[in-house]
Amino acid sequence: MAEIRFENVKKRFKDITVIDGLDLTVKDGEFFTFVGPSGCGKSTILNMIAGLEDVTDGNIFFDDTVVNDLSPKERDVAMVFQSYALYPHMTIYENIAFPLRMKKVSDESVDKEVKRVVSLLGLEEMLKRKPKELSGGQKQRVALGRAIIRRPKVFLMDEPLSNLDARLRVEMRAEIKRLHQELKITTVYVTHDQSEAMSLSERIAVLHHGEIQQCGSPSDVYMNPLNVFVAGFIGSPSMNFIPASLKNREPLTIECNRVILFLKNYLFHKGGEEGLILGIRPEDVIVSDKKSEGAVEVVVSLTESAGSFNYVDVIWNDVTVKGISKINTDLKTGSRVFIEIPLDKIMLFDNKSGRRLAA
Amino acid sequence: MAYCISPFLWQFLTSLKPDSEITRLPPVFPESITIKHYISIFEGYPFLRIIINSAVVSLSTTLLSLIIGSLAAFALSKLNMGYKGLSLGFVLSVSMFPPVATVSPLYIIIRFLGLRDTWLALIITYTTFSLPLSIWILTNFFREIPDEIYLSARVDGCTPFQIFYKIILPLSAPGIFTAAILIFIFSWNEFLFALTFTSTIASRTIPVGIAMFPGIHEVPWGDIAAASIVVTIPLIILVFAFQKRIIEGLTTGAVKG
Repeated sequence: MAEIRFENVKKRFKDITVIDGLDLTVKDGEFFTFVGPSGCGKSTILNMIAGLEDVTDGNIFFDDTVVNDLSPKERDVAMVFQSYALYPHMTIYENIAFPLRMKKVSDESVDKEVKRVVSLLGLEEMLKRKPKELSGGQKQRVALGRAIIRRPKVFLMDEPLSNLDARLRVEMRAEIKRLHQELKITTVYVTHDQSEAMSLSERIAVLHHGEIQQCGSPSDVYMNPLNVFVAGFIGSPSMNFIPASLKNREPLTIECNRVILFLKNYLFHKGGEEGLILGIRPEDVIVSDKKSEGAVEVVVSLTESAGSFNYVDVIWNDVTVKGISKINTDLKTGSRVFIEIPLDKIMLFDNKSGRRLAA
Repeated sequence: MAYCISPFLWQFLTSLKPDSEITRLPPVFPESITIKHYISIFEGYPFLRIIINSAVVSLSTTLLSLIIGSLAAFALSKLNMGYKGLSLGFVLSVSMFPPVATVSPLYIIIRFLGLRDTWLALIITYTTFSLPLSIWILTNFFREIPDEIYLSARVDGCTPFQIFYKIILPLSAPGIFTAAILIFIFSWNEFLFALTFTSTIASRTIPVGIAMFPGIHEVPWGDIAAASIVVTIPLIILVFAFQKRIIEGLTTGAVKG
């Protein structure tokens, strides 16, 4: 168990700066996730924690020790990879036992530990088999087993669920969460799947172009995104963004898609002079076939059923907006319907900087 | 098939014919079969010694070339080092020189080192010439092993050398067999260097040994044929024994993770 601290960590590959000054603390025993689109540098961060990549500048601490120059072995970390990376020529038993064998643990205690891990993961039947005889989910369990067997200080996972099908992914997600609750090992998880990040983590860091855009609890990041990127990346389906412009600051009046909106409870003192982006989550946009007060008329372009409700794409003055409708409303493509803009759910962003505008 | 096998069959038939029938054309089945030639090659010539020379030289070359080659290939395929492509190209350039062009200078070097007519002279030379082959084959094999397996082993606490012999080598067995057999055959058959660097039966290898069979007045075709058959047998056994491995090695080489 350890706390991981980054102090102005930089990583450059030749001329390309991948990580430019990372400052962050992952608390002892925490489940922390780096989430971002591919190429945002999240795997690089993980490899630097593991010791598989050198740190160009700055320091990484485990508790109070600088680990920059320690080998992976000395750092006492365990890692799970996207492709499982099991050793194909060894049995499952030997795969799981491998880290202990490298530490020259006696056969007797190796056997005891393997039994413990195997029962934790439900792999008792597989011990004599080779990796190629296992399904994807089982392989990933073995990889998890190999990682937890020696009770590492830090547990690193690089997109461990990306190779699994949707059903298994949800199952393994629960498994990983359960393991973390039982073992309380500091875990750093990397994924491009925001829903995975949201459901697993205690805290997440949203990465883009090698910089942390926002760091906080999943609900905090979801409710209060600091910029357009985070707002668009976190949440599924993505937030709707509609161009708008500032008419008056106090009381706040904006024009959005040829509609004037008065935002009584929204306040910001600067920004927005060069245009605004109005953001609203699909689940806050109610599409209905009945006109209510303050509703605007739109045209249905697409409906998708999501089980207990429908997602509806509507065209509002040339802008496509995604909203939801009740399961029993019958909305035909091309029909004229109404959406209500809930003024208290709106988020405004500066068009130029992309920053969230708030008091 | 026929084109490849018929000389071998002819040779085989010749080895079983009495001298009087050997030069008869067409080379059909002998009227009387004799194993006289097979006995005479071991009695009339130091043939056993020559076989031992060849075996020692070929096996040592194979072993040495695989050890050096696999270490080099490991570095070239998995370790962080610069100029990988350049190094591989440089290694390959070694095999661009035809042996005829290098044999005289090498002879001078060997003589200077005092290695004339020793096993070592041939082992060193053959290893040098077979290294590009083993490095290239093994580099390609090692590259097929996913990097994540290598990284995973590092995180699990292996030193690079432990990864090499615990993970990389077992996973590349087909490649190693392929390289081993190709190198063995090369050293077993090599003639030019063997002829130049050896002068007595202390180190003379099979191809040279057989070429020395003819006396001043006669060419013992039967004995030569019998000797050729005898020395082909190890190769045939080798190839058949590892056939499955070689085919794996030549075709896929993939390691499914």
